[in-house]
Amino acid sequence: MIESAVKPTADPGTQGTADLLELARKVAEQARNGEQIEAYVSRGVEADVRAFDGNIESLSSAASAGVGVRVVSGGRQGFAYAGALDESVMAETLTEARDNAGFATPDEHVGLAEPDGVAPVSLDLWDESVLNVPTATKAALALELERRVRGADPRVRQVAYCDYGDVAFESAVASSTGIAASARRTVCSLSVMAIAGEGPDSQTGMGFSAGRGHDDLDPARTAVDAVERATRLLGATKAKSGRFVVVLDPRVTSSLLGIISSALSGEAVTKGRSFFAGRVGEDVGANALELVDDPTDPRAFGASTHDAEGLSCRRNVLIEGGVLRGFVFDTVAARRASTVSTASAVRGGYSSTPVAGCRALLLSPGGLDGEQIMAQIGDGLYVQSISGVHSGVNPVSGDFSVGAEGLMVRDGVFAEPVREVTIASTLQRMLQSVLHIGRDVEWLPGLAAGQTLAIGDMSLSGA
Amino acid sequence: MNHRASSAPPLVESALVERVLGAALAHGADFAEVFAEDRRGTSATLDDGRIEELSSGRDRGAGIRVVVGDTTGYAHTADLSEEGLLSAAQAASAVAHRGGRALAVALEPSSAPRSSDVAILPEEVEKARKIELLARADETARSSGSAISQVSAAYGDSRRRILVANSEGVLASDDQVRSRFMVTCVAVGDTGMQTGYESAAFTVGFELFDMVDVEEVATTAARRALTKLSARPAPSGEVPLVLARGSGGILFHEACGHGLEADHIEKEASVFVGRVGEQVASPLVTLVDDGTMGPEWGSFAIDDEGHAASRNVLIDKGILTDYMWDYLRAHKEGRVSSGNGRRQSYRHLPMVRMTNTYLMNGESDPEEIVAQTRQGVYVAKLGGGQVNTTTGDFVFGTAEAYLIEDGRVTEPLRDSNLIGNGPEVLRRIDAVGNDFAMGGPGTCGKDGQGVPVGTGQPTLRITAVTIGGTSSD
Repeated sequence: MIESAVKPTADPGTQGTADLLELARKVAEQARNGEQIEAYVSRGVEADVRAFDGNIESLSSAASAGVGVRVVSGGRQGFAYAGALDESVMAETLTEARDNAGFATPDEHVGLAEPDGVAPVSLDLWDESVLNVPTATKAALALELERRVRGADPRVRQVAYCDYGDVAFESAVASSTGIAASARRTVCSLSVMAIAGEGPDSQTGMGFSAGRGHDDLDPARTAVDAVERATRLLGATKAKSGRFVVVLDPRVTSSLLGIISSALSGEAVTKGRSFFAGRVGEDVGANALELVDDPTDPRAFGASTHDAEGLSCRRNVLIEGGVLRGFVFDTVAARRASTVSTASAVRGGYSSTPVAGCRALLLSPGGLDGEQIMAQIGDGLYVQSISGVHSGVNPVSGDFSVGAEGLMVRDGVFAEPVREVTIASTLQRMLQSVLHIGRDVEWLPGLAAGQTLAIGDMSLSGA
Repeated sequence: MNHRASSAPPLVESALVERVLGAALAHGADFAEVFAEDRRGTSATLDDGRIEELSSGRDRGAGIRVVVGDTTGYAHTADLSEEGLLSAAQAASAVAHRGGRALAVALEPSSAPRSSDVAILPEEVEKARKIELLARADETARSSGSAISQVSAAYGDSRRRILVANSEGVLASDDQVRSRFMVTCVAVGDTGMQTGYESAAFTVGFELFDMVDVEEVATTAARRALTKLSARPAPSGEVPLVLARGSGGILFHEACGHGLEADHIEKEASVFVGRVGEQVASPLVTLVDDGTMGPEWGSFAIDDEGHAASRNVLIDKGILTDYMWDYLRAHKEGRVSSGNGRRQSYRHLPMVRMTNTYLMNGESDPEEIVAQTRQGVYVAKLGGGQVNTTTGDFVFGTAEAYLIEDGRVTEPLRDSNLIGNGPEVLRRIDAVGNDFAMGGPGTCGKDGQGVPVGTGQPTLRITAVTIGGTSSD
C-alpha cells in the first residue's frame, strides 16, 4: 500500500496541505531574537450518520479548523490555541502564547524539535472517496448495516446505535527551528451495538469496520460480528471466583497495549511515573514478547509520515525477546533523558501541546490463531470485552482490575457465557505470564493492533 | 447576578438569529435551533517541580439543528457571520425533503437566573496569581512525606457563553464560569509506586480559592499515595461495602443514572424501561438529579437547548418516578424537557445528560453503619466507573479503600474495580446515613462527548458487591 506518487487533493484544501503549511510558516517566521516559535494548524471535515429503525435518526456534517502556537524563550514555553484560522486570530494566538511563556519555570531542556536528517517514508493514507461519496450513499451504508443486524437472528431485540462516520484530516507544522511538515489522512467507519434477548435476559454485542475509504467497509461482516457477540452472551451468569488462564479477544488486547503504552512514554519514565523506569535491558515479559511501535506501517490506523513536532516517524522497538529495549520520546522528554527524540510526539489536536506517545503498536505475531490458542490452553476464560479501564488500571503502579464479560473455555472450546466478573493482576505480572500471542492480527482504530492473547494466572472475582 | 457578565453583547444579534432560523425552516421542518458558543479558557500545569506551561485558548462557533419527522440534521460552523450561519443552516436543513413553507420565528427572550453568581471572573485575575497556587500545592505535597517522589498540579478555568434559540420561540443565554484545581502525587516504597489524586472544582470564578484551600487538596492527594504504599491487595469476591459520605455518588451515576436517560429508554437499551411506578431500589433510596445546585460542578442556568435547569426526583423511597429528558425525547412523548439536554460544545448534538446526581440523606448514624459491619470493605474515595445500560452491569473503581474487620476500619487496600448490576445493587442498600456530602467533580463521557457532572451521597452500605482484587484469603 505504500505509494510514492502523491494523489491530487480536493477540498478540504483544494490545493492539498500547501496552504496550511504556508499559514504555519507565516506564524513561525515571526520569531524574534532568542525566541523559538512553532505553529500547528489543522483542518478537518467530518460526516456522521446514525440509523435507527429503518430511518436516518441524525445526520451531521462539520468542518473545523484551528491553530496551536508554542513559543519558547529563555527555556520557558507558552502555548495558546484558537478554533479558527483567520489572520487576526493567528496574530492574537501568537501574542497570547508569547505572554504565557513568561510564566513558566526556566528549564534548559525545553525547546522545539530540530530537523534530524531522517527522511519521511511515503504513505498514502488519503482516500478521496470519503470526500466524494454523496451523503445519501453514506446514509445507505448505515441503513444497510442496521437492516442486516435486525435480520441476522430472531433474538435481536433492538439496535442501541448504528453509525457511519468519516473524517478527512489535514495538518501542518512549521517552526523557526527549521521544521516544515504536513500530513493528511482519511478514516471511515461503521459501528453498531446489537441488543439480543431471550426472556428477561438482554445482552449487547458491538461490531465495527474501519478503513481509509468506503471500499474498506464491510457491513455484512460487521452485522454478523455484532450479533454473534450479543447472542453468545445470552444466559450469561456470574462465574465462581478463582484463578484462570484468560484468553483476550483481539480488541481487548488492543486496549491492554494502549494502557501499557502510557508506561512506555519517555516523559512518564523520566518523571518517575512508570513501572518500567530504570528497567531498560531487563526482562520485563515472556521470552516470546516483542513489542514495536511503527507508524511507518501503512496498515496501522495511527500510521503517519511525521510526528506532532514534524520529525519523520520511524520504527521503534520497545520490547524484544521479553527484554525492555527503550521508550518513546518527544523532543523535551528526550533532552531530559539525555537522548534524542524517537519522533513519537503526539497531540490531541490544535488545542493541546505535543507529548510522547505511541501510534502504531504491534506485538510480533505467534504461530497460532485464536481457536488454536484456546485448544492449547484447554480451560480458562475468554474475555470478549472489558470495562472500567480508566478506573481500575494504574500505569504507574501497574495495578490491574477490570470488569469482564465473555465465555468460559472448556476442553479448548467455548462453554457457558459469563458476565459481571472482574479479572485482576498487575501489568508487570501479566507481561511475564503471556502464554500465547495470536497470529490473527487485526488492525484497529486506536494506537495498537489487536490479536488473541493468552495470559496465565489471573484472578477472576465473581460469585 | 453579575452585571459584568450579563452586560456583554449577545453572541449573535436576535434579528440575525431569526433570519437563520427562517432559513433552517425554509425547506420544511418541524423544529430548528441555533446554538452559539464562545468559550475561553486558561490552564496551567506544574510537573516535576516546574511550571511547565501556561496555556490559553478560544473556541467559538454555532451549531444548527433541524428536525424533520424522525430525522435530525446538524451542521456547525466557526464562522458567526450571517454568511457562515446561513450556510450551516442550509447544510443542516438538507435533511428536509418536504416542500418549503416560509416560517417566521418570533423569539421570546427568557430570563433564567444565572447558574451561580460569579464574584471574580478568571480572565480578570493576573496569570501570576494562578501560577502561584501551583507552587504552593507542590511544596505542600512534597513536604507531606519523604516517600512522595513526584507531584503534578493543574489549574484550569473556563468561561462559556452560550445562546440558544429555536423555532418554538425560545431565546435564552447563559454565561457559565468554571474553575478547577487538581493534584496528583506519586509515592515510592518497597512495594513499588502508588498514586494519589484529589481535585476541587465548582461552577464559580477565581473565588474557588476562597472556598477551597490548595494546601488541603495537595495534602489529601499526598496522603492517598502514601497510604497505599502499605496497602494490601484488595480481596476477590463478594463483600459488604460501606461508602463514606461524598465518596461514591458515581455509584448511582453508573448503577442507574445512565439507565434513566430517556434516549436509552427510547431505544429499549436500559434495564429500567417500562418500570416507572415500580419499586426499583431499597426504600432507603431517594435519588435526585439537580442542575440548579448553586456552585456545584454540574450546575447551569439553562441547559444546551435553552431549557432552565431543574431539580428532578428520579427515585422516591425506592419507587422509580421519572426518567431524564431532553427536548427531542420529551417532545415525542408530548411532555416538556427536564432540563437535561446537554452537549460538549457547538460541534455536538445535544442529548440526555445528568447534572448533579445525588442520594438524599437517610436516618442512620454513619459510625453505627461501620460498627455494625462485621467484615467488609470501606471506600473513602471512588474513582471513575462505566455501565452497560442494557444489562445494567457496571464497574466503579476505588481510589482509597480499607478493610472493615469486626466493625472497625483497618488496613488500606490497593486500587481495584468493583462490579455489580444496577437494579440488584440498588435493592441491596440496607443502610443510609444522615451525613450527606457532595463528592468530587467529574467529567461524564457518553457517545464521545464529555460534560461536567456532580455526584453526592451520605454514608451507605451495600450488603454484597463483587470486588475485583487478587487476594483470595
